[in-house]
Amino acid sequence: MTATPAPAIELRGISKAFGPVQANRDIDLVVPRGTIHGIIGENGAGKSTLMSILYGFYRPDAGEILVGGKPVAIADSQAAIRAGIGMVFQHFKLVQNFTVLENVVLGAEDGRLLRPSLSRARGELKRLAAEYGLQVDPDALVEELSVGHQQRVEILKALYRRADILILDEPTGVLTPAEADHLFRILRGLKDEGKTIILITHKLREIMEITDNVSVMRRGEMVASVRTAETGPAELAELMVGRKVLLRVDKPPARPGAPVLEVRGLRMVDAEGVERLRGIDLEIRAGEILGIAGVAGNGQTQLLEILGGFPEAGARLQGEIRLGGRPLPLQGPGADGRARRRAGIGHVPEDRQAEGLIMDFTAWENIAFGYHHAPEFQRGPLMDNAAIRADAMGKIQRFDIRPPNPDLAAKSFSGGNQQKIVVAREVERNPELLLIGQPTRGVDIGAIEFIHKRIVALRDAGRAVLLVSVELDEIMALSDRILVMFDGHIMGERLPAEATTGDLGCLMAGVEPARADAGGGAG
Amino acid sequence: MERMPKWADVILTPLISLVLAFAISALVILAIGESPAEALKVMVQGALGSSYGWGFTLYYTTNFVFTGLAVMVAYHAGLFNIGGEGQAAMGGLGVALVVLALPWPHWALALPAAAMGAALFGALWALVPAWLQARRGSHIVITTIMFNFIAAAALNYMLVNVLRPVGSMDPASARFPEAAHLPKLSEMALGLGVEWGRNTPANVTFFLAIAACLLVWLLIWRTRLGYEIRAFGKSEPAALYAGISPVRITVLAMLVSGALAGLMAVNNVMGEAERLVLNAVEGAGFIGIAVALMGRNHPLGVLLAALLFGFLYQGGGELALWTSIPRELIVVIQALVILFTGALDNMVRMPLERLFAALRRKGA
Amino acid sequence: MDFATLIQILDSAVRLMTPLLLACLAGLYSERAGVFDIGLEGKMLMAAFASASVAYATGSAWLGLLAGIAGAAAMAGLHGVASIGFRGNQLISGVAINFLASGLTVLLGQKIFGLGGRTPSLSGAARFGEITLPFADSLRPVPVIGPIYAELVSGHTVLVYVAFAMVPLTWWVLYRTRFGLRLRAVGENPASVDTAGVSVVRLRFAAVMICGVLCGIAGAYLATGISAGFVKEMTAGRGFIALAALIFAKWRPWGALGATFLFGLLEAVANRFPNLDLGFVTVPSMFMNALPYILTVVILAGFVGRAIPPRAGGEPYVKER
Repeated sequence: MTATPAPAIELRGISKAFGPVQANRDIDLVVPRGTIHGIIGENGAGKSTLMSILYGFYRPDAGEILVGGKPVAIADSQAAIRAGIGMVFQHFKLVQNFTVLENVVLGAEDGRLLRPSLSRARGELKRLAAEYGLQVDPDALVEELSVGHQQRVEILKALYRRADILILDEPTGVLTPAEADHLFRILRGLKDEGKTIILITHKLREIMEITDNVSVMRRGEMVASVRTAETGPAELAELMVGRKVLLRVDKPPARPGAPVLEVRGLRMVDAEGVERLRGIDLEIRAGEILGIAGVAGNGQTQLLEILGGFPEAGARLQGEIRLGGRPLPLQGPGADGRARRRAGIGHVPEDRQAEGLIMDFTAWENIAFGYHHAPEFQRGPLMDNAAIRADAMGKIQRFDIRPPNPDLAAKSFSGGNQQKIVVAREVERNPELLLIGQPTRGVDIGAIEFIHKRIVALRDAGRAVLLVSVELDEIMALSDRILVMFDGHIMGERLPAEATTGDLGCLMAGVEPARADAGGGAG
Repeated sequence: MERMPKWADVILTPLISLVLAFAISALVILAIGESPAEALKVMVQGALGSSYGWGFTLYYTTNFVFTGLAVMVAYHAGLFNIGGEGQAAMGGLGVALVVLALPWPHWALALPAAAMGAALFGALWALVPAWLQARRGSHIVITTIMFNFIAAAALNYMLVNVLRPVGSMDPASARFPEAAHLPKLSEMALGLGVEWGRNTPANVTFFLAIAACLLVWLLIWRTRLGYEIRAFGKSEPAALYAGISPVRITVLAMLVSGALAGLMAVNNVMGEAERLVLNAVEGAGFIGIAVALMGRNHPLGVLLAALLFGFLYQGGGELALWTSIPRELIVVIQALVILFTGALDNMVRMPLERLFAALRRKGA
Repeated sequence: MDFATLIQILDSAVRLMTPLLLACLAGLYSERAGVFDIGLEGKMLMAAFASASVAYATGSAWLGLLAGIAGAAAMAGLHGVASIGFRGNQLISGVAINFLASGLTVLLGQKIFGLGGRTPSLSGAARFGEITLPFADSLRPVPVIGPIYAELVSGHTVLVYVAFAMVPLTWWVLYRTRFGLRLRAVGENPASVDTAGVSVVRLRFAAVMICGVLCGIAGAYLATGISAGFVKEMTAGRGFIALAALIFAKWRPWGALGATFLFGLLEAVANRFPNLDLGFVTVPSMFMNALPYILTVVILAGFVGRAIPPRAGGEPYVKER
C-alpha cells in the first residue's frame, strides 16, 4: 500500500494535426483512478479531438496512452472498449427507433441470436439501475425518451460494456438544469463505486460543482492542470481565454443617439422543445457597439439568427423586435433574410463557411450574396455581373483582400480573407444595424485589427452594432456596453471601463460575482 | 486550397471517365467476338460520314440536349430529376393537344404554341413531385420515378380512349395536319440550294435546342433566379441566411426542368413522328442523366455530350444494320458513362487529386 | 363474378406477386442497411438472362437458378463497390446498373443465341415445374376449401414457396438475430454501429449482397418459372413496382407480403378485366396498372400513413470529426 496506484489514464506528449491545423500539441494528462476530472476550454481548443484519440477515432501523430499504468495502442473503438473506456458523445449515437435494451446490446451481443443477449441485458440493466440510480424503461423506444433519459442510455451502454473510465463530452449542453443535477448525482454515484470520469465542458459552473481536478485547454495545448478546490471560476475563465496581447482599439468615446434596435421579452423554444432564449430584453442606440459576452451555446447564436431572419426550422418564437421604432415580424415570409436586409440590418454570421459564403462561388459572386436583389446589380432581366465585379474589385482593394483575384472561389481564400469578404459586403452597405458574430474566429492578427477598425468606423458613422463574441478581450476592447448571456438570458450588464475578466467570467459561468467570491472563499 | 486545377476538374476527369467507359465497351465488343476498331469505323461512318448520318445524329442530339438540360437545371438546385422520361412523354401530349386543337395555318404559328404546350405539360408533370419534396419532404427521386410510370399509363389511356381517330386500331393520335409539319433541316438546306441529309428527321427544333442551351446558360449564370438556384444547391443554410426560400427555389427549378424535358416533344412528336405514338420518348429522358453528368452540368458540356450520344445512337443503329452487334451496345456504353462519371466519380478523382498534390509538392 | 373466377384471379395474383415479393424483400435488406437501391430492375433482368441461358445450356433449372443468383450478385457487387467502397451516389449507381443489365442481356443474348436478344424456349427440367402438394387432387371436390387448396395453394413452382417462406425468414433474421439488429442499426444511425466497434462497410456490403441473391431468385423465377425463357426487357418495370411496394410496406417484411399481394392482385384484375365495369364507372386497365405508383406517391406524401425511410438511407457513411 506504499506505492500510489497507477492513474486510470495517462497521456504523454499526444499530438495530432489535421492538415495544417494542429488540433493537439504535446498534450500531457494524468487522471487518477476514482476521480472526476474536468477538461475545460473554448470551442476549437482541441478537447474533442483529444477524447476522440482516446476512443480510437483518430490515431495520434505522436505520443503515448497509458491505461492503468500500461501502455496501450487504441486503434479503433473496439480496442478502447476492451481497455475499459466508455464514451458518451455530445450527439448521442443511439438508434432512435430501437428500444433501450436493443441499443444497449448493439455491438455487444453474446451470440448470433438476440434473445439470450436481450434477456441477460435486461437483468444487467436492472442491476445497474439499482446500483447507480440509472432508471430507464428497457422496453421504451429511444425516440420517445427525453434527452436526459437518452443520455442515461448512453451511460448504460458504456457500463454494460464494463467501462471503468467514462468520458462525457459536453453532457449538459442539451439538458435542463434539473436533468443536469440528476446527471451529476449519477456521476457522483459512479465515482463512489470506483469509476473514473472525464468530463469535457466549457461550463465553469459544472467544473466547480462536480470535478476533483481540472485541466484547461487552449488552442490545442494543455495550459494548466489544477485541483478544483484550489481554483475559482475567475481564474479558470482567464486561463481559458488566455492572457493574450491586450487588444487595443483606438476609438473615440461613443456618442449614442436614438435607439435603433429594441428587443423585448424574446423567447425561443427549438424544435426539440429546449428553451434556448428565456426572455431577452436589450436596446442598442445609434453610434453604439453593444457587446454580448458569454460562453458559446448560451443562446447567442439563436439571438443572431432570429434578428437576421433565419431562426432554425421548427422553432417557436415570442416577443417583440423594433428597428428604428418600427416593429419587425419574428417569423414568416416577411421575416426572412431578404426582408431584414431591406429593413437595414447587415449580418456577419458566426459561421461564415456554412452561412456567410457559398464556398464554391467566386469572391465576386459572394460579394453580392444576400444583396443580389439590389437595383445596382440588375440590368434588365439579368444580373449586372460587370457591376458586381466592379463593386467586388473596389471592396477587394479597400479591404486589402488577398490574393486580389475576384475570380477565385471563396474556399481558396484564407480564413481572414474569407471573413474580410463577408465584412466588406455587410459593412459597406452602411446598415442601420450591423449584427456581427465571432468577427475574428480563425482570423489572423493583421485582419483582426483591420476588421475591428471597420466596426468602430461604422459606429462612428452613427450606426448601431450588435457584437457577439466568445473572445472576452474582443468584447472588452470593442464594446461601449457589455451584456453577458448565460443559459438563454441576460446575466448582467457592465461598462467596459469598470468590468474585469474575473467579474465577467463569473457572469459567463452563471454566477453572480458577489456570491462567487463568498463561495470561492469558503472552498 | 484548390485540390486540382480547374481544367483538370472540368476536362480531365470526364475525359478519363469517358476513356474508361469506352475501354470497357471495347472489351465487351471483343468479348462478343467483334472488332472494336471495325465497330468504331462503322459507327463513325454511319453517324458522321455522310449528311444522311448527320441528319439522324442531329435529330437524336436535339432530344438529348433537352433532357440533358432538364437534369442539369434540377441538379444545380441540388435535386436529382429522374423523371425526364415522364415529363417528356407528357410534353408530347401537350404538343398533340395543341396541334390537333386548331387548324393551324402555318408551322411558324404552330411551333411556338406547341412549344408552350410541351413546356407547360412537362412543367406541370414536375410540379407535383417538386411540391411534395419542398413541402412534405417526399424524396424527389422516388416520386419522379413513380410519375414516369403514371405518365406512361396516362398517355396509354389518352391514346387508346381519347386521341385515337375513329376506326383506327393503332394506339396513336391522328396525323398532324400538313400545315403544322415542321421544316426538316434537309428542306431548309434545299431552300438554300444545298443538297443535304435527304429523308432524315433532323428539323428546325435543332435550333430551338441550341437556343435552349443559350437561355439555360443565361438563366443559371446571368439571372437572379439562377444565382439563387445555384446558391441553394450548394448550401441550404447559406441560402436561408441570404433570404432565399427553399420551397420557392425547389418548385421553380423543377418547373424549368420539367418544361425543358417537355420541350423535347417538339422534336420527336411534332418534328419527326408528326403524330403522338406510344413510348415516343424511347429512353431519352434517362439519357439526359448521362448527358448532364458527362457535360459537367454546363450547357456547352451538355451540348457536346448530347452530340456524343447522338453519334452513339445513330452509330449504334448503323452497327445493328451492318454488323452483328445489336444496337443495345449503346445502352451498355451509356450505362458505363453514367457509372464512371456519376457513381464512380471518386474512383477517378481521388488518384488524380493525389497526383496533383504530389506534383505541387514537387513544384514547391 | 363466380367463385371459380375469383380463385383464378387470386391464383394469377400469387404468380404475379412472386417476383415482386422477392425483389421487394431484396430491396428491404439493402435499404434497411442504408443503401438505396433503384437497381432492383437491372439485377432481376440480369438474373433472368443468366438463369435462362444456363438452364438452356445445361437443361437444369437449378443450375440456371445458381447462374441467375451469380448474375444478380455481380451487379450487386458493383453497386456495393460504387456506393459503399467509393462513397458514390447510390441513386446514380442504381440507374447505371439498370442500363448495364438492359444492354448486356441483349448483347450477350444475341451473341450466344442469335435470336435478337431472347433465349431459346425452355422445356422439361430446364424450367421449374409446378408442384402438386399432397392430397391436392383428392381434396379438390371438397367445396370452397378444395379448390382453394388445389388451385391456389398447390400447383406453383418451388420458387413461389421459397418467396413466401422468405417473408417469415426475413422477419426472423431482422428481428431475432444479431445480424438483423446490426443491419437495422446501420441503416438508421451508422455511427451507433461504428462507435460500438462494428464495421459499417462490412455490414452494408453483406446487405447489398443478400439483395443481389434475392433479386437473382426473382429473375430466375421470371425466366424459368413463370415463363419459358428470357425475352428482352422481360422485367418490364417490376423492379420499380417492387420498390414502390417496399415504400408501401414501410420497409417491413410482412408489409412487403401485403403490398406485393395488393399490387399482384391489381395486375391480375387488370389482365382479366381490361375495362373493369363497376356499374357507375368503367375503370380502364391503365388506371389499374398505374395504381401501385399512385398509391405509393400518396403514401410518400404522408397524407395517409406516412412512410419514413431508414434515416441514414442514401448517405455514404463518413466518420464524424
